[in-house]
This record gives sequence, structure tokens and C-alpha cells, in this order.
Amino acid sequence: MNVYQAVRDAMATAMAKDDSAVVFGEDVAFGGVFRCTMGLAEEFGKERVFNTPLTEQGIAGFGIGMAAMGHTAIAEIQFADYIFPAFDQLVNEAAKIRYRSGNSFNVGALTVRTPTMAVGHGGLYHSQSPEGFFMGAAGLKVVIPRSPIQAKGLLLGSIRDPNPVIFMEPKILYRSAVEQVPIDDYELPLGKAEILVPGQDLTLLTWGTPVYHCETAMHVLSNPAPELESLIPQSMRGVKIELIDLRSILPWDMETIVESVNRTGRLVIVHEAGMTGGVGGEIASEIQKRCFLKLNAPVRRVTGWDVPVGLQYEKFHIPDAIRVVDAMIETLTY
Amino acid sequence: MASLARVRLAGRAMPRTHLASSPALALSRRGVATTADTTQLQGALPESATEPFTLKLHEDSFQSYLCDTPSLDVSITKDELLTMYKQMQTMRRMEMAADALYKAKMIRGFCHLAIGQEAVSVGMEHGIDPNDRVITGYRCHPFAVLRGGTIKGVLGELLGRQAGMSNGKGGSMHIFTPTFFGGNGIVGAQVPVGAGAAFAQKYRGEKNCTFAMYGDGASNQGQVFEAFNMAKLWNLPTIFVCENNNGRSSNTQYFTRGDRIPGIQVNGMDIIAATQAVKYARNWAVDQDNGPLLLEFVTYRYGGHSMSDPGTTYRTREEVQRMRSTQDPIRGLQRYLEEWGIATEQDLKKLDKEAKAEVDKAVEEAKALKDLWTDIYYKGTEPTSMRGREREEVPLLLNAPLTSLRRLGVSGLSVERGWCRVLGVGA
Ligand SMILES: Cc1ncc(C[n+]2csc(CCOP(=O)(O)OP(=O)(O)O)c2C)c(N)n1
Ligand SMILES: [Mg+2]
Repeated sequence: MNVYQAVRDAMATAMAKDDSAVVFGEDVAFGGVFRCTMGLAEEFGKERVFNTPLTEQGIAGFGIGMAAMGHTAIAEIQFADYIFPAFDQLVNEAAKIRYRSGNSFNVGALTVRTPTMAVGHGGLYHSQSPEGFFMGAAGLKVVIPRSPIQAKGLLLGSIRDPNPVIFMEPKILYRSAVEQVPIDDYELPLGKAEILVPGQDLTLLTWGTPVYHCETAMHVLSNPAPELESLIPQSMRGVKIELIDLRSILPWDMETIVESVNRTGRLVIVHEAGMTGGVGGEIASEIQKRCFLKLNAPVRRVTGWDVPVGLQYEKFHIPDAIRVVDAMIETLTY
Repeated sequence: MASLARVRLAGRAMPRTHLASSPALALSRRGVATTADTTQLQGALPESATEPFTLKLHEDSFQSYLCDTPSLDVSITKDELLTMYKQMQTMRRMEMAADALYKAKMIRGFCHLAIGQEAVSVGMEHGIDPNDRVITGYRCHPFAVLRGGTIKGVLGELLGRQAGMSNGKGGSMHIFTPTFFGGNGIVGAQVPVGAGAAFAQKYRGEKNCTFAMYGDGASNQGQVFEAFNMAKLWNLPTIFVCENNNGRSSNTQYFTRGDRIPGIQVNGMDIIAATQAVKYARNWAVDQDNGPLLLEFVTYRYGGHSMSDPGTTYRTREEVQRMRSTQDPIRGLQRYLEEWGIATEQDLKKLDKEAKAEVDKAVEEAKALKDLWTDIYYKGTEPTSMRGREREEVPLLLNAPLTSLRRLGVSGLSVERGWCRVLGVGA
């Protein structure tokens, strides 16, 4: 299965077990722009999988109302770039309703799925990574999977989590990442990062698409092509990098990251969103506080530039393997 | 749950099946005629190309809400009709060129064409004042040209080249001129912006109005209704223009959705009706100071929603074909011109050729240099050098055992474009 099939599989699994589960959004009854809801309307009926008008604020509010009534509401916002019209409903209503109703209401059954990150040539309104905007929205959870297995398990976890979750799917991975995904019902835990490659010299923390650029960067560092050899210090060959996929952005797994950085003494954070106001800043600040005496180098961030995403040269905008290599060398040789 | 589902089904399923199965029915449900060949010549044709004569529009050209319909008598000149024809042809040619460039993978990303909807863009331009403002959504290419831009500028923008009207930084949805506030990729977001522009016009005492355009889908965004209310509350010269190319909403009479704002539904396939309606709207908002007005153009888009959509999700291939062959706005005008003896088939062929040549030339010019190195730093604060990588350098990376790179395919790193990264920018 690839990611969009895994996402579909998760929704089908949730709907099969939960009669109250409903999927809605712009064009989802036709399968959606990225095919994530293909055939769901045929399988579960048009009452449970339906198109909404073009109204993101409405979609979010509608989902909140439904979830407040105890229904499992799985909403799709067609691109993460279009989540901003729904921002008020998500931040002021979904995130706060449990608190402001003294726990008499909650919208834990609401999950908002949305495709995120760069796609190659999306430009200003189809390549943004807005996860950072939700960092301050206490009451919401934000999850970003890296692969099909992760997507299915984390989405099922999100749908069943007792809090409203924004589930952001890196759109370039929909088709490119393929794995043997269990067809059973399984959940992966929210709020838990995963150590993909253990190491002791530097912690490389990321989520979503850049996981793959980081993996590439680690190969380049330990085994550079002959033409690059002269640029990469010899001392880098045997370095052991610890690669971590954060998976849950809010709340983020402080325990795992702190434990890792206390071991490695170095942290490089990679994300596609711009640096200013990005998730990396929040993590860096907390890590310097908690690991201050163990740090051998400043926490380094490799991110998109602080400009709108232009139409051309998107590859220059997002953090790629070479920029990650640069940052790792600098941090290791600080 | 079950009852909720039933409510939704009742509201939705019916109109959709109708629309899909019968184009004629679908269009008649939308109210006005969508024929492009029912306008009649009144009286004799003058000799001079610039002397006005009278046409009579079909009685089903308009439908109104809380106001009168525009007059069916139209005063026009031969020159104007020929200009309309040439402009519509040129706009279609430009969109076809964009289509071809997209298919050749030279235009990337999101690209929305307005083939079939030319009577609206060109008709509007013939009804408004050069200083009126226009703002629209992402289906914006013809407006950008007609409002003072160039074909080269539009195609250059789509191609991401320096020749583009936004220096190639924005792409299809991001094109502006001094009187055109652009395409806008966020559906509906342009509509309140249009009300604000109209407020400024009124505040400054300008004899102008703003046309805030949106699609039938966009009409469901909350901020469209918020803009309606502001415009009516403050009596702003805002003309809200809905291009209805087959909408599905609870109320598909888009011209009636302004509550206390009057509205006109217009045959958007006949350019003469379209122009007449725009003149009426201008007179309403500017000369009469009557405040906002809704205009709904009932129109038809031949292509899909965007280049990545075959366009047959909501309509059948046959329906599109039928519209193309029976109600095309360009063919309609062509028929008038020939029937009324204003131009011969040869005359029009010549205009077609000119349109094609103009677009072909613009395509070539637009392909010039890409613009990577500007608009990164505030002027005067640029670093001394900025470096990039060329195609030849890319194999350096590929030599490494890049399993994950391959997993991402060509899209992961820009191998297919021969570019890899900028070193040192912003570091
Ligand atoms: C806020 C927002 N939501 C969703 C989209 C994705 N989207 C782009 S166009 C479109 C359909 C718009 O239809 P309509 O307004 O009728 O215009 P048409 O394409 O028919 O000209 C959608 C859903 C978007 N660009 N912006
Ligand atoms: Mg439409």
C-alpha cells in the first residue's frame, strides 16, 4: 500500500467498526483530490461519505457540532493551505470546548485530515506546512505520518483519540512511499516520537517528507561520493547519527528528545515550514533549557526560508539532504 | 445520524443526477437562455464601421431580482463587434497555448483555464471603464491581459519566467495590473477585498466601481456573504460577479443570494448580453449610486477544473461536446458577424490567424530566462555571492547509496530540472 491507500484503509477500518463515523469534505465522495477517499462512498453509502460545499470554516464548525453530539467526524480540508479559513473554528472552538464547558462537552471524536508540505511545484497555496500555527492551540493534537504503515496506525489512533486531532499528510508521499501495511485494525500511539536509527553523536529530529532527506543526508555524511569526499571531513565517516521521527507535533514527545540529546549532546531539527515561528524554535528552546549542560553545540535548525513558497525552485526552498549535511557537519565540528 | 443523512441526501442527490444526465435541462434549470446565436439585427446596417446600430437580445437573456432587467436593445458598432471577436479568439488561443505548455511539462503546478467562458471576460471589458477595478479567483488569465497586461506576461508567469507579470514567482493564480487585483488562489478570499476596493473608490469620490468575481463554488464561502452585507450596509459600488459554470448549492439562483442586494442573471455565453449587463451594473452602481449589485453569468467551462482534472467528474464528455458545438460564444459571434454581413468567413479567418500569430510570438518570448536570484534579500542587503548547482553537479549526490532519494522519485530532489540546491543563501 502507498500512503493514500493506507489513509483510505484507516478510514474504512474506522467506519466499519464505528457506525457513527462519517467522512466529509470537498469532493471526498468522488475520491478526493489525492484519492484518499476512493470508493468509500460506494462502500459505506453516501450518507456517511459526502461532499460539502466549498466552505472550510463551515466544514470545521460542522464537524465540531457533529463531534459534540458524539459522532466520529472525519473531515477533510482539501489542502493544508486552505485550513486558514477554518483556523478560528479549530483554535477557538475545537481546541477550547472541553475546557470552557467544564468538560460537559468535548469534540474528541473530530479528526481533520489535510494534505501538507511541498509537492514539487505547488507554489504559494499548495505547498505550505502550517503545523507551527497550531503549536499554541492547547487542546488540539497535531500528527504527521511519514509512511503508509505509520499513516494507517496514526490515523486510527487520531480518529479514536479523545481529543480533536489535525492529521497532516505529506502529499508528496501519497504515491511515492510504499510499504506492506497490515490489513488488521491497529493503532500507533500519539505523542510518541520514534527513533528510526539509533546513534550517539548527534540527534537529527524531523517529521514528514524531510525524514527521507535526513536519511539521505546520513548516507552522504558516512559514505560520500568521490566528488564530495573533499568537502566532508574524514572525521565524519564513522559518526553515529540518531534519526528521530517526531510524528506527533502537538503534544511533542519531550521525554524521548531530551533523553536522546542528553546522550548525543547535539541536535539538528529539520522541517519544511519557515524558521521563524516554526515548530523547531519551540523544541530548540525547551531542549536548551533541559539539556543545557549536556549540549556540545547550539541546537541547529534546517528549515524552509522565511518567504512565501515561490512557484519555481521549490527544491531550493525546502530543506534538502545537502543542507542537512551542512548543518550536521557544522554542529559536529562546533 | 440516519436522519441527518436523509436530510443531506434529499438536498443533494437530485440536482446532480439531473445535471449529469441532461445538459439542456440542467441549463434551463439555471434560468436564462445560454444560446450564443439568438440576438437579432434591428433595421439596416450602417456603412461606417464606427456608426452605432441596434441589436435586439433574446428575451430570455436576463432574469432579475429586486430590480429591472437590462434593456434588450443594444447599441453597438461593427468595429466593436470585430474587436470582441478578435479578443475572444486571442484569449482562447492563449489558454490553448497554456494547455499545450502544461502538457509539455513546461508549465508546472496548478493551472486553471477559462476556455468556453470568453464571453464573460471580454464582454466585461467592453462594458466597464478602464479605471474600474476587477478582482477575481484563480481562473484569471484573460482578465489579466484585458486589464492592461500582456499575453507574454501571463504565459511568462505560468512558465515561472522573468517575463511573467509577477516575475515568475507566483504562477497561474498570481497575476496583477494596476486595475486588476489579481487572481487569488484562496477560493472566496478576493470577494471582501473587492468590497474594500469599492469603499476606497467611493471614499475618494471616484466615478468607478469594483467587480468582485467568484465562482459558483466560491459563492458558498462565508466571507462572500460577509462582503455582501458590508457592501449593502455602506452602499458601496461593488458589483459581485458570479461566474456560474454549473454550480451545485442549496440555492443555485446565484443572482438572488445577496438578500437585499438586487441581482441579474445573464446569458454568459452571448457576449452582447454580457456586455449589456455589465453596462447596466456600472450605471446602477456608479451613475445611479444605487450600491452593490449581483451579476450571475451563466456560462460553461469546456475543460476540467484544472489541468490535472479531466473535467468529467460532474459532467459527461457528451455534454461538454454538445455545449462546444451548439453554444460556443465565439462561434455564436462569428455567426452574427457573417449573418449580418459585417464580416466574411475569410475576414474572420484572417483575424483567427492574427490571434494565433500573436499568441505564438508571445509563447516564444515568454520562454526567456528564469529568475532565481532576485527578491530573496531586501535591496542593499544581499550577500556578496549566491551560489547554485547545475545539472552536471547532481550526479555527485546520486552516487551515494540514496535509497531514500529514489523512494521519493524525481520529485524528492529536483533531478529532472537539473537543479539541486542553493548553497549559502540565507545561511
Ligand atoms: C479556500 C480554498 N478551498 C479550496 C480550494 C480548492 N479549490 C480550488 S478551485 C475549487 C472549486 C471552485 O469552484 P468555483 O468557485 O465554481 O470556480 P470554477 O473552478 O468553477 O471556475 C476548489 C475546491 C481553494 N483553492 N481554496
Ligand atoms: Mg464553478
